[in-house]
Amino acid sequence: MALSGIGGRLYRGETSINFIAKRRRWFGISGLLIIISAVALGTQGLKLGIEFKGGSVLTVQAPTVSVAQGQAALKSAGVTTESIVQKIGTSKLRLQTTDLPQSTISAARTALASTFNVDPANIDIQTVGPSWGKEITHKALYGLFGFLIVVMLYLAMAFEPKMALSAIVAVIHDVFITVGIYALVGFDVTPATVIGFLTILGYSLYDTVVVFDKVRENTNGITSTARQTYSQAANLALNQTLVRSFNTSLIALLPVASILFVGAGLLGAGTLKDLSLALFIGLATGTYSSIFIATPLLATLREREPAMQALAKRVSTRGGVIETPVDKNTAGVVTSTHSKESHERGPRNQPKRKPRRR
Amino acid sequence: MSANISKATRKPAKSGRTLAALLVVLVAFTALAILQGDTKLKLGLDLRGGTSVTLAPKVANGGKVDKAAVEQAVAIIRQRVNSLGVAESEVSSQSNGDIIVSVPGNSSSRVVDLVGATAQLRFRQVLAVGAGNAATSASLATTSATTKTGSKSTAAPAATFPAGVTMALDTAFKNLDCTKAANHQGGAIDDPNQAVVACSLTDTSKYILAPAEVEGSQVSKASAVLDNTNGNGWMVLLNFNGAGTSAFGKMTTRVTSLASPQNQAAIVLDGLVVSAPRINEAINSGSAQISGSFTQTLATDLANKLKYGALPLALTVQEINQVSPTLGSDQLHAGLLAGLIGLILVILYSLLYYRGLGLVSVGSLVVAGSITFLSFLLLGKWIGFTLTLAGIAGAIVSIGITADSFIVYFERLRDEVREGRSLRTAVETGWQRARRTILVADFVSLIAAALLYFFAVGGVRGFAFTLGLTTFVDLIVVFFFTKPFVTVLSRVAFFAEGRNLSGLSAKSLGVVTDSGKDSL
Repeated sequence: MALSGIGGRLYRGETSINFIAKRRRWFGISGLLIIISAVALGTQGLKLGIEFKGGSVLTVQAPTVSVAQGQAALKSAGVTTESIVQKIGTSKLRLQTTDLPQSTISAARTALASTFNVDPANIDIQTVGPSWGKEITHKALYGLFGFLIVVMLYLAMAFEPKMALSAIVAVIHDVFITVGIYALVGFDVTPATVIGFLTILGYSLYDTVVVFDKVRENTNGITSTARQTYSQAANLALNQTLVRSFNTSLIALLPVASILFVGAGLLGAGTLKDLSLALFIGLATGTYSSIFIATPLLATLREREPAMQALAKRVSTRGGVIETPVDKNTAGVVTSTHSKESHERGPRNQPKRKPRRR
Repeated sequence: MSANISKATRKPAKSGRTLAALLVVLVAFTALAILQGDTKLKLGLDLRGGTSVTLAPKVANGGKVDKAAVEQAVAIIRQRVNSLGVAESEVSSQSNGDIIVSVPGNSSSRVVDLVGATAQLRFRQVLAVGAGNAATSASLATTSATTKTGSKSTAAPAATFPAGVTMALDTAFKNLDCTKAANHQGGAIDDPNQAVVACSLTDTSKYILAPAEVEGSQVSKASAVLDNTNGNGWMVLLNFNGAGTSAFGKMTTRVTSLASPQNQAAIVLDGLVVSAPRINEAINSGSAQISGSFTQTLATDLANKLKYGALPLALTVQEINQVSPTLGSDQLHAGLLAGLIGLILVILYSLLYYRGLGLVSVGSLVVAGSITFLSFLLLGKWIGFTLTLAGIAGAIVSIGITADSFIVYFERLRDEVREGRSLRTAVETGWQRARRTILVADFVSLIAAALLYFFAVGGVRGFAFTLGLTTFVDLIVVFFFTKPFVTVLSRVAFFAEGRNLSGLSAKSLGVVTDSGKDSL
């Protein structure tokens, strides 16, 4: 069984990872990553595809191709501006030019066809006008803000305002880090990247929604008892949904990875590769943020409420050990800080719920 | 709790009915698809090869795009594209006024030329002609002088003031280099009330042209015909409407007796001279013929430009995508291969992790796959849905979303069993809790897909569409297949008793201490 190790112990409750208590560490790591991203974005910027700045991409497929031949053909067609010629696999050449008149592109097509001895109709051309990119950029930004606002409103209605806030902070965190990775590594940004990226926001929220659903269930009527603080209940919810989070992310990643490898391997640059690369990176940051950012942040926000502080006090006077963020001795993996036997912390050993609603 | 248990005991019969109903609906829709004769998916141009062009209306001074004008332009471009005779060509307008032209098959530059050259068509009298390079510019002064004397002798109204060859025009004419490719782009919006200088579309000659006298919109009909009787070869016949007839009559009457080249009427499209035929006689009948050494293609193209050239608005080419059929089939195969590998990996993982329960997710994925495929077929017929590469990617990514719904449910189910409930009860109580999570989560996905759809540009739109569609399919599958199927399985001893490999065994659930609760 794939998860017989850590996963099995997790859901049997033999191991409980205390995510919430270590929140300052996670917030610190993320803060650092965001600073690195901002610096990378400021110094290196994003490598934009032709869709954003205008230009043409010609793709030739011939038994033997070489970059030098391609460059010579472009030169003979009168392409004097800077152009990028890449070899994809053994038989494909991708030539990217700046924004040129249609007649020059036609000349380049003819020149390439004769250089590589192929039918001109078999040369694929994508041309984008310079004003196209502005429209795409605007639309992407509108999409991003529209998405954040609509989802925040929806979550505030479906859950609690503080959950909506935490979820949105986690999403913005993902946006920053993903953009940072693109700036740092220098991956091409195309409309497909943007779409993949916006999709990830949906994924990241989806993941957070499932965790929050469990948090809400665990903290329902928590103030009427004195068994757990809000943070402890939230941490339990995180641990209980950890297997699901892991399985979901893995199962989402499997198809995305297959698109990425098939897309990049068989087709080279293009929609499939751009889309799945954005999804792949975003999925990883999304999973991280829903566990390490969203829920710890929610706990921080809720613990400030007087009712929750009173609860924490009651829990501590009752003799339970409270896991507070200042407790520096708490290890990442808690095995026996509780007075009870560690394996009794699993779902089965949690205080029995009151009779079910309805 | 008693309410739940009584509910649970009622469920199985109902579950059987739900499954049967789903099967009936599936079969009915399959039959519908077959009856309609759509057993093949409509593929986008990126999967079968072709040319797509996106055009945006050029709006002067930040004004608004006139919807009616866009629709009219679409109709005109559609006629033009149809003249190519390629089946399944499409021309459509977007909400922002963009016009998308797609022509399947071999990518040819002809589509781009035909669609790209879209602006105002005008008839202007030729005032002077020169070769494209600077060498001939010196002779223009003499030409102008000749114009003056010639004009005086005819005493025509226009002749008393020779239309337009001013110092400024002379300088512009001298500086115009028609050997440069950049000057053959067209796209300039020329003022119909001013005399202008222009290059020829076909060769490097250049012209000074009088203010426009006839507008392209005044041409009512144009066609290319083969003149067999006089042996003139291919020629273009054209007819004018009422206003056009009188304007063209006036123009031809005036210029026909002038010396060359002032007796030529230039047909100016998009700021370039398409053709400048000599006017042999005054034409007051409203129908004219243009003959010359035309090939069939040239004559047809000229006729098309005369007929459809007068677009109500100027357009700029935003994006051109030319995909050869070879690349198209490569992309299709890559997409399908990626989908297949992704599906196999997900199935393997769910069988490995959930054992017996994994069969439920395999079944659900198969049902979801069939529903999705059927929707593609039927939507292709109903709303012209075409599957693009981005669409395939969306469908593959959604395997994850669909599988996640089962994971949420299975994990809940296992939690309930761990808490000591019997499987029959757990199936119901787990479902009540999982259901809400699945609904909320899928709703977030649907919001995302809808927003992506409205804000996506061009090809990637297909991604948002399939993502939304498959999320919706996921809801159908979870409610009408996964849940009833699990309910039915909970009656089967293999699962109910939590045998090894069922995915619900005591060992795999971690129920190790309280043996009383284990034996369900």
